[in-house]
Amino acid sequence: MESLGSTRRSFAPWTDPDAKPYIRFENVTKRFGDAVAVDDLSLTIYEREFFSLLGASGCGKTTLLRMLGGFEQPTEGRILLDGRDLRGVPPYRRPVNMMFQSYALFPHMTVEANIAFGLKQEGMPKPHIAERVAQMLKLVKMERFARRKPHQLSGGQRQRVALARSLAKRPKVLLLDEPLGALDKKLREETQFELMDLQQDLGLTFIVVTHDQEEAMAMSDRIAVMDTGRIMQVATPAEIYEAPASRFVADFVGSINFFEGVLAGSAGTMTRIRDQSGVEFQISDDANAVTGDTVWLAIRPEKISVTRERPAEADNALDGEVWDIAYLGDVTVYNVKLDDGRIVKASTMNSQRRVEDALTWHDRAWISFSADAGVVLTG
Amino acid sequence: MRAFFSSTTSRLVIAVPYLWLLVFFLAPFFIVFKISLSQPAIAMPPYVPVFDFAEGVAGLLRHLAAFSLDNYLWLLGDPLYANAYLSSLVIAAVSTLLALVVGYPIAYGMARAPEGLRPIFLMMVILPFWTSFLIRVYAWIGILKPEGLLNQFLFFLGVIDKPLVILNTTTAIYIGIVYSYLPFMVLPLYASLEKMDYALIEAAQDLGCRPLAAFWKVTVPLSFPGILAGSMLVFIPAVGEFVVPDLLGGSRTLMIGKTLWNEFFSNRDWPVSSAVAIVLLFILVVPMVFFQRAQARARERDN
Repeated sequence: MESLGSTRRSFAPWTDPDAKPYIRFENVTKRFGDAVAVDDLSLTIYEREFFSLLGASGCGKTTLLRMLGGFEQPTEGRILLDGRDLRGVPPYRRPVNMMFQSYALFPHMTVEANIAFGLKQEGMPKPHIAERVAQMLKLVKMERFARRKPHQLSGGQRQRVALARSLAKRPKVLLLDEPLGALDKKLREETQFELMDLQQDLGLTFIVVTHDQEEAMAMSDRIAVMDTGRIMQVATPAEIYEAPASRFVADFVGSINFFEGVLAGSAGTMTRIRDQSGVEFQISDDANAVTGDTVWLAIRPEKISVTRERPAEADNALDGEVWDIAYLGDVTVYNVKLDDGRIVKASTMNSQRRVEDALTWHDRAWISFSADAGVVLTG
Repeated sequence: MRAFFSSTTSRLVIAVPYLWLLVFFLAPFFIVFKISLSQPAIAMPPYVPVFDFAEGVAGLLRHLAAFSLDNYLWLLGDPLYANAYLSSLVIAAVSTLLALVVGYPIAYGMARAPEGLRPIFLMMVILPFWTSFLIRVYAWIGILKPEGLLNQFLFFLGVIDKPLVILNTTTAIYIGIVYSYLPFMVLPLYASLEKMDYALIEAAQDLGCRPLAAFWKVTVPLSFPGILAGSMLVFIPAVGEFVVPDLLGGSRTLMIGKTLWNEFFSNRDWPVSSAVAIVLLFILVVPMVFFQRAQARARERDN
């Protein structure tokens, strides 16, 4: 079978019917008064998985994480960890640790004392504590800051201390609530890779809550896209991006163009879609629709080319006017206005430093894409 | 020009509180201090020497020569004063501790209450200030006296068969002081508890603390500035308290505020009562200065 995008490693227990899920949410509902934060949600997460909960604020992702941490109790349904029902188990008895969004470092304690806190709590002998603390400090490269207090550290350093503290007790599962949210872009990118390496090396299960899709894509084995307390899709980053299950997912992750139309018919592997202004598209994705159904053709901007002339071999081509150009360095994004007024977004890799006869504002141009570039969505 | 202007303005702004302190604290302090070095006299005012600028520099020098530390020696000589100071400090310390024990749960409850309710709770804490302090202490006489409300209520419940003697005891003083100064304890505690991030408690629990352990290891240390401020605000006025021991404590209680009152109004001995006041001031100020310096040093080490 063809694979979608590149895969980071051959780790895919979710495709193995014999694999035993490590964490299981079974029909979990959480209500706060009248508000439903999590709505009849079921989800399985496997051991050693890097799992992300992705969604806009208020989608219920943090509530889900806090229920696993023991800070909220499900109104209905149950959560199982390694086969054990977690109902009524307080946070201090769960084999999970949490890295808080605000880091929640104890301001009256040094970095060392913060990291040692959980170990002291479980009654570890002093020499062992010192050893483990040193190990953790080394892990997050904070050896030089052991005696500092949290307010004497930068945001990035605090993040590292919070990480070290939550890892110190060697939890089976680490919950991370927006772990990179407070860092600036450059630091965030560096830290992403560090988190991934750490998770790999320690062999832990990571569950990350984030609203940043790039972050989720970069780090995760699988992503759950959430909206209004429900899961819209659970899949690998490549599947989420290249084969979104719905318009919501397609639109939430990355940017995308939609053509609304009717399934006009199919012949072999080709599907014809007639859109609102009568244009027919040839697409090699059939979705679960029959002739006459309303469907949406979804195409990512980077899968659309923009050219002056109509490419001879293109499966689908439309002409229009270059309406806007956004030069971003690595890519250039063209907004092409079709004659019926619709705007189509297309992006081109800037693989050469200089381009002769480059397209500019108000030029006539053709946008084209191949039959396998788009996804047909029914909802 | 602008820098000059702003520095002048900022100096002016700073000058206002300094001037205020100078006029309303330092000047009266020196007047009291001067009286404490004088001798009592049957005169108007009841002490000598009295400065008279009409006598010129020579007169001034003559008066200065008449100053003596007799009053302070007198305080040392009579164990009554030492006992009064000591018992005031003990009563104030015990009251402060009681106020802390009573006030902490109140402040904690307020800080954890829904945000919309907090202003109402704050209002309720401040509300007693809207009536006279004296009247409220008088009301406690009505509650605590042998045939008072408390004893009647306990009789009604059948808990006691003879009235409890609370009025005119040290217990009544503790009740009175804790009641009167409770808001001064609750407000700073509330301020420090309210700004605490609740995620810290969750983090402590996440790392294996039971709720009570999380309270001792995180909440209490972080509210320490509030504990300190509240305790100071209760302890300092409680040491010199006069109204509560006078009304609720009866004639046998020995507190320095009452001693001072007696010296001043009953004995009309202004110099000795001034000396009592000055010594009280030093008993309170000197440890505080040392304490604050120790704190400042700790803060410096932190940074």
